[in-house]
Amino acid sequence: MKTAVTIAGVTFQNPVMTGSGTFGSGMEYSEFVDLNRLGAVVTKGVANVPWPGNPTPRVAEVYGGMLNAIGLQNPGIDVFIERDLAFLKQFDTKVIVNVCGKTVEDYLEVVERLADTDIDMLEINVSCPNVKEGAIAFGQKAEALFDITSRIKRAARQPVIMKLSPNVTDITEMARAAEAAGADAISLINTITGMKIDIERRSFALANKTGGMSGPAIKPVAVRMVWQCANAVKIPIIGMGGIATAEDAVEFLMAGATAVAVGAMNFVNPYATAQIADGIEAFLERHGIEDIREIIGCVR
Amino acid sequence: MAQKKKVTARVVGQRRLAEGIYDLSLETPLAFEAVCGQFVGVYPKDKSTLLPRPISICETDRERGLLRLVYRVAGKGTAEFSGLKAGDTAELLGVLGNGFPTDKAKPGMTALLFGGGIGVPPILQLAKELSCEKLIVPGYRDSQCFLMEDFEKYGAVYPATEDGSVGTKGNVLDAVRQNGLRADIIYACGPMPMLRAVKQYALEQDIPAYISLEERMACGVGACLGCVCRTAKKDPHSHVNNARICTDGPVFEAREVEIG
Repeated sequence: MKTAVTIAGVTFQNPVMTGSGTFGSGMEYSEFVDLNRLGAVVTKGVANVPWPGNPTPRVAEVYGGMLNAIGLQNPGIDVFIERDLAFLKQFDTKVIVNVCGKTVEDYLEVVERLADTDIDMLEINVSCPNVKEGAIAFGQKAEALFDITSRIKRAARQPVIMKLSPNVTDITEMARAAEAAGADAISLINTITGMKIDIERRSFALANKTGGMSGPAIKPVAVRMVWQCANAVKIPIIGMGGIATAEDAVEFLMAGATAVAVGAMNFVNPYATAQIADGIEAFLERHGIEDIREIIGCVR
Repeated sequence: MAQKKKVTARVVGQRRLAEGIYDLSLETPLAFEAVCGQFVGVYPKDKSTLLPRPISICETDRERGLLRLVYRVAGKGTAEFSGLKAGDTAELLGVLGNGFPTDKAKPGMTALLFGGGIGVPPILQLAKELSCEKLIVPGYRDSQCFLMEDFEKYGAVYPATEDGSVGTKGNVLDAVRQNGLRADIIYACGPMPMLRAVKQYALEQDIPAYISLEERMACGVGACLGCVCRTAKKDPHSHVNNARICTDGPVFEAREVEIG
């Protein structure tokens, strides 16, 4: 049985990846999961300099999911390369580095610093809803997305994935802009902007007031958007949003995703990624499918 | 440190200690690894509430492999836990966090142990593990002074209650003053206003204080960066002035953290 998938010339042993920001740089979850079992580890967003992130509370539970407003806290690219990347390179898995910034120049600085490193792909975060500057500002207007994508593509040595926000009127417009600007792939969805009010305290549950919603409750929205984008662009899609089981992952593959990422469910089940990789194999076997690629986009 | 894992524990029993305060006994191999001040994540069975609830370990019984959790019903998840009965199972993630550094209290020293409200339970296992002289000061709202009998086995107990119904009327520091208590080292767990006052007191006395913090958490293992606290110095992991309460804590030396 073949479970490998290829995106922009990079072959992944299976389609299971980690959702950026839910898996650190793999170190914490390596206690639970054999990272060699994963298609790729997608790192937490890294900027050119350390970012302190938002005040607490940064997380809140909601029905069937959670809200977060971490604010992209990260140690900066230097520490990332020296410590986190060195750690990840011990494993037989692909490494996709998620890049964030406040200005286009910030993103370019990180992309250039990564040019000489042994990473497999870049994922550009233009969709974090929890920081005031940068990030989502580049991901909600097609022209801005086209501009940043083309500038990053010119600077990047590795294939570029643009991570799209669901907080737009028409996500296919963003997918097309990314494709037109030369993106090698797109990943979606980032979190959906939400809010929770603590009625006992008459205040916001999150210090940031709003946060990004993730978890099983958002899965139908994500599957719909992956399907829409799969019908709108030719570049590969990495699908994510509420994946909790292998069956959920198969839904995304059938909707047109070449690979999938497990996000918030890592917090619920720290073994989720490896279990989903196993479960996909079991699904293929149960249905006599020789090659996983047979089911990618099979539901049009 | 022991490897973290998700396990299924068997409920040995549960009883109500005070209004909204429950005492849950679980049989799990995690009991063999846990030290005072650590916590576990307890998963609700209701799948609309997904995240593990961080609950401190009140007591461990290494001979019988029992973990005792004393917690307050604060929402849907803990309300569900309060219905657990002997023979039921509970999913746990653990053991999480670093415990109280008991090695800092040298023989011959006197330690002040402060607990406030639902911060009282983890002080019990600490009182068991500390071998030096102990002055235990639990703070309660009213006469529902849970765990008092347990504390009396391990040291002199000076309770404080907000309504004055038991011990000193006021907070834990009022109890220190009223009883003329002096110590060489402090350990504390409780609400933030109490911890701020304890930190201030420790600075005045120029003695070390190890305080256990809490914050809203998601992963519990240091990956999501949800539960950070401000640190005085640049944290070696984050490279900003933020430490992760779940993995770098929950216990910090008071001077290391900016708690206002």
